[in-house]
Amino acid sequence: MNQWEVVIGIETHAQLATVSKIFSGAATAFGAEPNTQACAVDLALPGVLPVLNRKAVDCAIRFGLAIGAKVAEKSVFARKNYFYPDLPKGYQISQFELPVVQGGAITVQVGQGEKAYEKTVRLTRAHLEEDAGKSLHEDFHGKTGIDLNRAGTPLLEIVTEPDMRSSDEAVAYAKALHALVRWIGICDGNMQEGSFRCDANVSVRRPGQPFGTRREIKNLNSFRFLKEAIDYEVQWQINELEEGRAIVQATVLFDPDTGETRMMRSKEDAHDYRYFPDPDLLPLLIDAEWITRTRATMPELPAAKQVRFEADYGLSAYDSRALTASLDMADFYEAVVAIAGKSAAKPCANWVMVDLAARLNRENLEIGESPVGAVQLGGLVLRIADNTVSNNIAKKIFEALWNGEGTTADEIIDKQGLKQITDSGAIEALIDEVLSANAAMVAEFRSGKEKAFNALVGQAMKATKGKANPQQVNELLKKKLG
Amino acid sequence: MINASLKQLAQALAGKQISSVELTQLYLDRIARLNPALNAFITVDADKSLGQARAADARIARGDTGPLTGIPVAQKDIFCARDWRTSCGSKMLDNFVAPYDATVIERLNAAGAVLLGKTNMDEFAMGSSNESSWYGPVKNPWDTTRVPGGSSGGSAAAVAARLAPVATGTDTGGSIRQPAAMCNLTGLKPTYGVVSRYGMIAFASSLDQGGPMARSAEDCAVLVNAMAAFDPRDSTSLERPTEDYGRDLDKPLAGLRIGLPREFFGEGCEPSVMAAVEAAIAEYRKLGAETVDISLPNTHLSVPAYYVIAPAEASSNLSRFDGVRYGYRAPEYVDLNDLYAKTRAQGFGAEVKRRILIGTYVLSHGYYDAYYLQAQRIRRMIADDFATAFGQCDVIMGPTSPCTAFKLGEKADDPVQMYLADIYTIAVNLAGLPGMSIPCGFAYGLPVGLQLIGNYFNEARLLNIAHRFQQATDWHQRAPAIE
Repeated sequence: MNQWEVVIGIETHAQLATVSKIFSGAATAFGAEPNTQACAVDLALPGVLPVLNRKAVDCAIRFGLAIGAKVAEKSVFARKNYFYPDLPKGYQISQFELPVVQGGAITVQVGQGEKAYEKTVRLTRAHLEEDAGKSLHEDFHGKTGIDLNRAGTPLLEIVTEPDMRSSDEAVAYAKALHALVRWIGICDGNMQEGSFRCDANVSVRRPGQPFGTRREIKNLNSFRFLKEAIDYEVQWQINELEEGRAIVQATVLFDPDTGETRMMRSKEDAHDYRYFPDPDLLPLLIDAEWITRTRATMPELPAAKQVRFEADYGLSAYDSRALTASLDMADFYEAVVAIAGKSAAKPCANWVMVDLAARLNRENLEIGESPVGAVQLGGLVLRIADNTVSNNIAKKIFEALWNGEGTTADEIIDKQGLKQITDSGAIEALIDEVLSANAAMVAEFRSGKEKAFNALVGQAMKATKGKANPQQVNELLKKKLG
Repeated sequence: MINASLKQLAQALAGKQISSVELTQLYLDRIARLNPALNAFITVDADKSLGQARAADARIARGDTGPLTGIPVAQKDIFCARDWRTSCGSKMLDNFVAPYDATVIERLNAAGAVLLGKTNMDEFAMGSSNESSWYGPVKNPWDTTRVPGGSSGGSAAAVAARLAPVATGTDTGGSIRQPAAMCNLTGLKPTYGVVSRYGMIAFASSLDQGGPMARSAEDCAVLVNAMAAFDPRDSTSLERPTEDYGRDLDKPLAGLRIGLPREFFGEGCEPSVMAAVEAAIAEYRKLGAETVDISLPNTHLSVPAYYVIAPAEASSNLSRFDGVRYGYRAPEYVDLNDLYAKTRAQGFGAEVKRRILIGTYVLSHGYYDAYYLQAQRIRRMIADDFATAFGQCDVIMGPTSPCTAFKLGEKADDPVQMYLADIYTIAVNLAGLPGMSIPCGFAYGLPVGLQLIGNYFNEARLLNIAHRFQQATDWHQRAPAIE
């Protein structure tokens, strides 16, 4: 493996979260009855004309700003000509020579722990285009059904340079891009519904040699498939080359059932798309004012937020990165801190990243769907910080909040009498009781068995149903036995 | 009544001297009687037209009238009209009933006009003689052995034969002006972007422009006023304040500078046509205009550039006619490619196929730069020529067509000869300028057209220049002996 270098470039089609289509007023909602969301323009009736949806352009500008790219003052829509039944006009309106977003880069974290490293993936371009409809081959007994609901849905096609050197890097990039397009609100990222799909251009070469011949794996709609497809393809190409066969440029499909890629068409069968500027649409002109206006609506971006979290909340780079994995997560965290106070920033981070994340994970929920809201969690962390409850009791309160047994931590503490006992007189009396009831353990401790001390702490805590301040119990017990 | 101007018709309707139903019926009767010899209409639907006429009469009764309320208008069969078959002169769309109105139709409906019928045309507007229509050639009312010009030949023949008071046309390379010249009509191709293309079946999107065909400049002004408007559904429509294109009709022409491009007055034009054109220019001098010799040095490149750009756009525009969703589908096919191939082989005529092939070729990988980009460069040079010329003159004049109406079949087998029939008109489309053709005399009994080319948005000025000529002459009032 070491003697081959893997080269990967990725093209992603991100469906833009606009209400209507890119060149018509029809709705873009997913899942409607076939052909109910296709108007005269989408059906390509004779005489109809496209009109650009400026909201789609807003999305492209947002993306360009988010990746530090050039947003082109002038870009041009071009026709990509080919015949297919789900392409009603016989051409797709796309951008060819002059795309709206040019350049830019995304820096991603690859791997975990000590082996983790940063990788910057350069972007070539991102351009606006319309989606095609769908051909339905089932249920029509030898015929093909055409559903044009998706025809004209706005897409941003995002193209990288061939900068990735492993499937892990490719997946890290795809995940970062996926998070970013959701972060800036231009794509819902729903991969099952096809809102975010990747094509991977894969080749291998001897290090230092020119790029090898690439094959393009089409339409990968999960990160797992992306990784599996690349891994399979890389191994296949290496085997071919090592057995003395040349790689032929081709487009391939990944079959998730077999885990293999198979050829769809070779370069010889490639279409001549006869691109030319669409005479029905004027060049897209984006002035500085449009960009400024869009910039004003941009959320703080992940990288900037990560730096700020480290500075403002004293978090580690690891915590900051985890908390800025999505805008929802970051917003949630900041809302928790707003209640619990900056001095509790670290416990807040732990609660969000560990306890809440684990619970959400178990129930397969997104943070936006969490039954425990940020204000509730903040209220809970606040009560840990001010010593009203211990961490252990807090976990019970969290469960109670999760299950809807109360609306605030305070309410549950009151109702269930969970307030921590911090009166040292009361704790002392309690310890006396524990010591007299557990003379054998005391004797053990005195004979040098350190373990017995912990058992005595446990007994004391049990006697208060965990409500005693554990630190106080520790100290007092030490004093008594010391 | 059949020779009345639109203004007179509007007055007669408003004064209840005639109802819209009576007027519409009058024309329907003429169509029934005369159309079989001319083949100017593809679709006539008396019930629909009379229904609109009744609605117009109701509006008139309420006093809710405009310049076109109750007036029958023939529509080139390139404009989609709801519930009307809209064939574009092609077998491909013979069964296509439009489910929506083109903006032009919508605007004329709103103005209360009556859709009198859909006129014949070259298939997908590709032709200069109206012989490429799947519905057969249109005959010129001045001589039914001759062509009416094209592609708006049905509209031209209909208005010339008084089968309609006025008609719409479209002009991609001369398709309003050339048939107007050959049928003794006044036709206006507005500045590109003035009339919405929404619902007007595309031939070459960057060149196509709808406009009026009438018996006078005055009537053209009335119709273009109703047709022209900014349309948000057409991205190439120009957002400009609405204007009354007839506002300057009567302005005197004293001091008008007429540019005469030497390239329009050299070889290649029939002498009898040239004689009529020169006589018309002499008439303009009498009206106070002066003439300036100018040059449009790249005129000879306009036909080659046009026959790259227009077919390139057409090859893509006509891809939607694939037999999948509407229109003609081959009855038998073995697979998808066979469906496409047979449908298009059977549904399109020879001229359309020729242009699709040319267009596909010039856009192909390896040829794009040499043909398409080169043609676009020529296009800019041609526009620059006009810009320079309009520094020296207010209007450019010359023949509309190098010849009068030719015999049916005379050029049908020689596409290059046919393409050269548009030699004087094509540059105007490439530059996007407004142009007109007005009757200016006869050559061996056949009408001759004078072309007027204005600077961008000078439609009102062109109509004024045409109108003053028509006040001083009566060529435009001559009617063919078709009865």
